[in-house]
Amino acid sequence: MNDLTSLTLTEVIESLKDKKFSLNELNKSYLERIRKLNPKLNAYLAVNDSCQKIPAAIKDVISTKDIITTASSKILANFVPPYDASVIKMLDTQGVGVIGKTNCDEFAMGSSGENSAYGPTKNPWNLNKVPGGSSSGSAAAVAADLCVFALGSDTGGSIRQPASLCGVVGLKPTYGRVSRYGLIAVTSSFDTIGPIIKSVDDAALVLEWISGEDKMDGNCYGKKFVRTPLRWTHNIRIGVPREYFGEGLDPKVKKVIQDAIKKLEELGAEIKEVSLPHSEYALAAYYIINTSEISSNLARFDGIRYGKSRDNFGEEVKRRIMLGTYALSSGYYDEYYVKAAKVRTLIKQDFEKAFEKCDVIVGPVSPTVAWNIGEKINDPLTMYLSDIYTISANLAGIPALSIPCGFVDRLPVGLQVLGKAWDEETILKVGFAYEQVTDWRKDKPKL
Amino acid sequence: MNYEPVIGMEVHVELNTKSKMFCRCSADYFGKEPNTHVCPVCLGLPGALPVPNKKALEYCMMIGLALGCKISEKSLFERKNYFYPDLPKGYQISQYRWPLCVDGWIEIAGRKIRINRAHQEEDTGKLNHRGNETMIDFNRSGVPLVEIVTEPDFRGVEEVRDYAKKLQQLFRYLGVSNADMEKGDMRLEANVSVRPELVEGLPNYRVELKNINSFRFMVAAIEYEIKRQISELEAGKKLTQETRGWNEQKKETYLQRSKEEAHDYRYFPEPDIPEISLQSSAIRLQQQMPELPWDKLARFQKQYGLTKQQAEILTESRELADFYEETVRDGADIKQAANYIINRKINIEEVLPAQVVISIKGTSMGIISDEESLKKLAKEAIAENPKAVEDFQKGKESVLQALIGTVMRKSSGKADASKVAEILLKYLRNV
Amino acid sequence: MKINVKHVAKLANLPLSQNEEEKYAKQLSKILDYMEKLNQADTLGVEPTFNVSGLSNVTRDDETEASLTNKKGHYVTKGVFNE
Repeated sequence: MNDLTSLTLTEVIESLKDKKFSLNELNKSYLERIRKLNPKLNAYLAVNDSCQKIPAAIKDVISTKDIITTASSKILANFVPPYDASVIKMLDTQGVGVIGKTNCDEFAMGSSGENSAYGPTKNPWNLNKVPGGSSSGSAAAVAADLCVFALGSDTGGSIRQPASLCGVVGLKPTYGRVSRYGLIAVTSSFDTIGPIIKSVDDAALVLEWISGEDKMDGNCYGKKFVRTPLRWTHNIRIGVPREYFGEGLDPKVKKVIQDAIKKLEELGAEIKEVSLPHSEYALAAYYIINTSEISSNLARFDGIRYGKSRDNFGEEVKRRIMLGTYALSSGYYDEYYVKAAKVRTLIKQDFEKAFEKCDVIVGPVSPTVAWNIGEKINDPLTMYLSDIYTISANLAGIPALSIPCGFVDRLPVGLQVLGKAWDEETILKVGFAYEQVTDWRKDKPKL
Repeated sequence: MNYEPVIGMEVHVELNTKSKMFCRCSADYFGKEPNTHVCPVCLGLPGALPVPNKKALEYCMMIGLALGCKISEKSLFERKNYFYPDLPKGYQISQYRWPLCVDGWIEIAGRKIRINRAHQEEDTGKLNHRGNETMIDFNRSGVPLVEIVTEPDFRGVEEVRDYAKKLQQLFRYLGVSNADMEKGDMRLEANVSVRPELVEGLPNYRVELKNINSFRFMVAAIEYEIKRQISELEAGKKLTQETRGWNEQKKETYLQRSKEEAHDYRYFPEPDIPEISLQSSAIRLQQQMPELPWDKLARFQKQYGLTKQQAEILTESRELADFYEETVRDGADIKQAANYIINRKINIEEVLPAQVVISIKGTSMGIISDEESLKKLAKEAIAENPKAVEDFQKGKESVLQALIGTVMRKSSGKADASKVAEILLKYLRNV
Repeated sequence: MKINVKHVAKLANLPLSQNEEEKYAKQLSKILDYMEKLNQADTLGVEPTFNVSGLSNVTRDDETEASLTNKKGHYVTKGVFNE
């Protein structure tokens, strides 16, 4: 079969059942394609030639037993974990294996993929552009058909933003839905693992596989997601937050998003304007909590039990450790960390109030399409601002989906669908319905 | 001028749970081969997460309840951040702003010493220095600890000694720790300052005595420190906040860290562990608490009319107190039994209470040792306790002692206990 | 906003070059100026949110499980004697 690698996960499962091809053939096709395209894209840091299961690409911040796991950092250049993350074990029982470990921003800190110690990943749609981050390799690998699907991690948009910039589907589940055990912690209270994938239905399936209680993660005593047929509900109420369409949003991106909303309206959705009034404080609150937890989470890397010495951290990692250490230091804790945690409450309440009026909230994922490699790298604050629409979901712990919804200058744009906590079902339904009436995902980058 | 010491104590006690505080590694690390009781969690591997040990939390609450503490409606773990090679995560999971148990007290030398808190945390690994290298063993990393902090209410080193002994006895009564100071199960830190007598309020400095791993040295260090501080003040010097250690060779304390060098632990709530709210379990625990050593002491004096000294000796351990009460139940005279056990320093591991009863009575009354009478009594005892027979056959050998007790009571303590035991065993095995 | 980069780097156990110190001093103060925005948010009477899981009392029973077996013997680091 020629376009074996362009099949969705559900199509692959069907084909395997019908014996249209074998797992061996499937893996061979992917390995061939990886060998051909990875030198251009730098999506994979390590490839597993012996994968004999459904090949998934795993972000390199997820622990894989006996497979090198570097978090794209020099400090873990030779680190081979003695244990599997819970999600890896769960995928294994579903017949899914690790075909490779994907590049990302070092310790998942970044929005462009450029902070990897092993070189930036390129956007499959335009090799001069960033693929977004931090799950840059996972998104690029899915967009370029270098895996059936990928796992990414989302701390402030790290699944949704690269999915948006690469034109694929990305799902950030509710905090606590998927076990974090084995995910190298960035911001423990924001981090979530989720799929980057070729269709919304696939996303629902993978979420079912990786969700549910895990006794190894105290915050994951949650409910398993059960995948049901994603039927469109008429009169679904869709909220559009005015704060997500203001200054900073590229007018061309805005147009694409508004067209997508119109499409949903045509499907019978009731469109309502809603307000998330504390959005303007989200970024500041996000980065205080993010960097504070980072400064503590990355303290274990001291080179004694594993890894190398602390001077091997890259620039962005050091910057965030410094910022977080300062924010937690004596005399500043209340001013920064506690204040940010209070703002977090306000943002959570904003969503709760908005969701009284609507079932999902839609808006852009990223204020712009993919930018040039190198463009923002020397201006951390501008880089942070590219996360402006994604961080709130992490502050509130709610699920959010990114689905392809068009192009600006031949670069993909993603539509973000945010849902109530534990209600992935509704955002997936909306995403699925939109996917059925549009053809965006059939557009593939020419490589 | 006369000065008065102002001392507060911090006691760390290692709990004797089976597993560690946040992972399933065995907590029984003493004397084990280095780094054989470790896993991703207690080694701080990337991606590992802590899940609290329920038993450890219960033990912490039992300690808190025994010390009259309130159990917090909401308690949080926090991260105490600092770098040291024995601390694999670069932070210790501890409690700071939201401790599990707060506001208790303990009576020492007739005075109330206020307990500020009893909180839960984890131990660090162990370092050994060899030449220019430091060898690290993480078997102890993550073993549960409870830290008990008093207000600065001690006025002398005798009170501190008394306090440490009382706590040790309490931990053993509760069965939450072996509390062996030699093995480091119980570690003490003291905050010492002095103030002119009759002056109210706390001095504006305090000296922390830390990293002193023997109880004897701690007492010596406190005594030394009180003298040192008084003479400094008398010489017109100002004392400042600092941390000092103990030099056993020179028998003096020495400066470890000045106020300027003080740690900045950057505490913040541990995001990996949801909040703890265990007031309702505390009510259940309260009902299951064993009689506390000081309550037993008071009861022994009241119920048995023992002197305070006698009662203190007999309640030193729960086992000895039980032994004494068993002999009394078996018909021994209250005072005679107390004297006998105390004076002869009876080893309760080797002697049965019934034997003590015989020995006491043997001198004054005729012992029943003829086989037939004893068999009759033994049969009666077994007939009255059919469940005992069943239990014995299931392997519960302790019922033998209960049956001997029954026979002793029936014979008003005159039966020959060792023969009774033989006969009973024969019946129990053949029934 | 001016921060003592040397002091923070020491707390963070990060060895920084002179160059890095200067760069971070500038960048961090710019970022912290932006963070000042937080002060405009009215948080009077608002409880902080530290954990969004909504869970409490997640504990495990006191049971043991086999430890890792790949490493025996001590971990070694350069001497620390300052405590």
